[in-house]
Amino acid sequence: MYKLIIKINVVGKLGRVWIAYMPTQLVWDKRFFVVFGQNASRCSKQVASPKSHGGEKLIRCLVIGSACSHSHPLPYLEKKKVYFLARSISLLSSLSFPLALSSPTNHLYSLAAMSIFEYNGSALVAMVGKNCFAIASDRRLGVQLQTVATDFQRVFKIHDRLYIGLSGLATDAQTMYQKLVFRHKLYQLREERDMKPQTFASLVSALLYEKRFGPFFCQPVIAGLGDNDEPFICTMDCLGAKELAKDFVVSGTASESLYGACESMYKPDMEPEELFETISQALLSSVDRDCLSGWGGYVLLVYAALLTPTEVQEKILKGRMD
Amino acid sequence: MECVFGLVGKGFAIVAADTSAVNSILVHKSNEDKVMVLDSHKLLGASGEPGDRVQFTEYIQKNVHLYQFRNGIPLTTAATANFTRGELATALRKNPYSVNILLAGYDKGVGPSMYYIDYIATMHKIEKGAFGYGSYFCLSMMDRLYHPDMSIEEAIELIDKCIIEIRTRLVVAPPNFVIKIVDEDGAREYAWRESIKSPDVSMA
Repeated sequence: MYKLIIKINVVGKLGRVWIAYMPTQLVWDKRFFVVFGQNASRCSKQVASPKSHGGEKLIRCLVIGSACSHSHPLPYLEKKKVYFLARSISLLSSLSFPLALSSPTNHLYSLAAMSIFEYNGSALVAMVGKNCFAIASDRRLGVQLQTVATDFQRVFKIHDRLYIGLSGLATDAQTMYQKLVFRHKLYQLREERDMKPQTFASLVSALLYEKRFGPFFCQPVIAGLGDNDEPFICTMDCLGAKELAKDFVVSGTASESLYGACESMYKPDMEPEELFETISQALLSSVDRDCLSGWGGYVLLVYAALLTPTEVQEKILKGRMD
Repeated sequence: MECVFGLVGKGFAIVAADTSAVNSILVHKSNEDKVMVLDSHKLLGASGEPGDRVQFTEYIQKNVHLYQFRNGIPLTTAATANFTRGELATALRKNPYSVNILLAGYDKGVGPSMYYIDYIATMHKIEKGAFGYGSYFCLSMMDRLYHPDMSIEEAIELIDKCIIEIRTRLVVAPPNFVIKIVDEDGAREYAWRESIKSPDVSMA
């Protein structure tokens, strides 16, 4: 349950019920009325009728405290502002999902209120081995609890020795990928070489932070081979806070399971075959515990062989298809 | 509620949509065509807010035509899908369109293809897909009965089974459906499945 302190403007009183008006900067909908107090549910019908508030159409009416019977008056109740605690999942979901959702056919406010990062479902993991790295993702594309496709691509190539996986909202992952490819191609034209993984991670971080107050809802996992074939992995949150790791990084709805699985299965300095096996097992066992990700896995292993150029192996895993 | 669904067969792609225009409890009309023919070899089935749907699909259609006029060759299905996705993505954080789209097309050399484009601009190439409350029934029917490279008869049989399922099991089932097909010979209307005929409007 979430607790939120919201400043509201009290606009009227019907008996012992207070009617308040949410400031428009906080929520996307312009008319968000809050009714609280004793017998609030009975009065909400009156609030909802256009006559009681100047004929404006009521979009949503949040009723708080309808079941409780406060006998004492709420403090600071005068004409101006009231501070109170609101426990409301629907309110929080409207705040955390700042897109206009007025169409009834979209039914985003389903029974299971999900965060925006869990809308499509994803699982990503990257691991470091001896002169090699592996990056793996699940293959499910869903719309909340409905599966739309089982062959969705989340790991993208930037250049031969650098890959990025994007978890979170699929549309933002696709948009981010297009922006990053654009920036990298410009870099290639100017510098006449590929970007180093560390530089690329800084680029991703900067791009994400540019949208600090309206972010892309995706968490990238970056894996690449740097100078001297040194593997590099890093992850960041949706605002660009980098987390460099020496062993493994995870992201997505199954991240908690992935942390546990990777921590127990990981060993430093693994050879490519063993690294491939480890990352596959970690991914499959974690997504089996997460209903929003799975439907197989995709593993990409890159290792710098001694005499030949960098070798890349891509494999599709068949796990529990549910 | 609005249902749009489609599948890809051997050398063709089919998009079917319901044809009722509804405003809360009132049915305005039962013969609203929601599958737009973009150009000679492309279909765009859309569902969502009525105003957004008509506005956005017409916008896409005119831009597709403009490309053909300017460049002399038509856009490929993949390019159209990416363009549509780009428009939805650009508008997403300003004034979002609430339109879900199934884009089907036939390209010489590539064959038929279908793209699922969500209202938040999630794009994916699919073989079978559905939007709306009908998707709960259609997707399961198609998972069970679809196989790659179906013939036209088999595909229409599957579409009909989906329509029957929607009519039987959905409480506010739309009565009429339109089925359109796109193949080598072009995009065209294939059939209507009507259970309630709209009365003919007498011309004064």
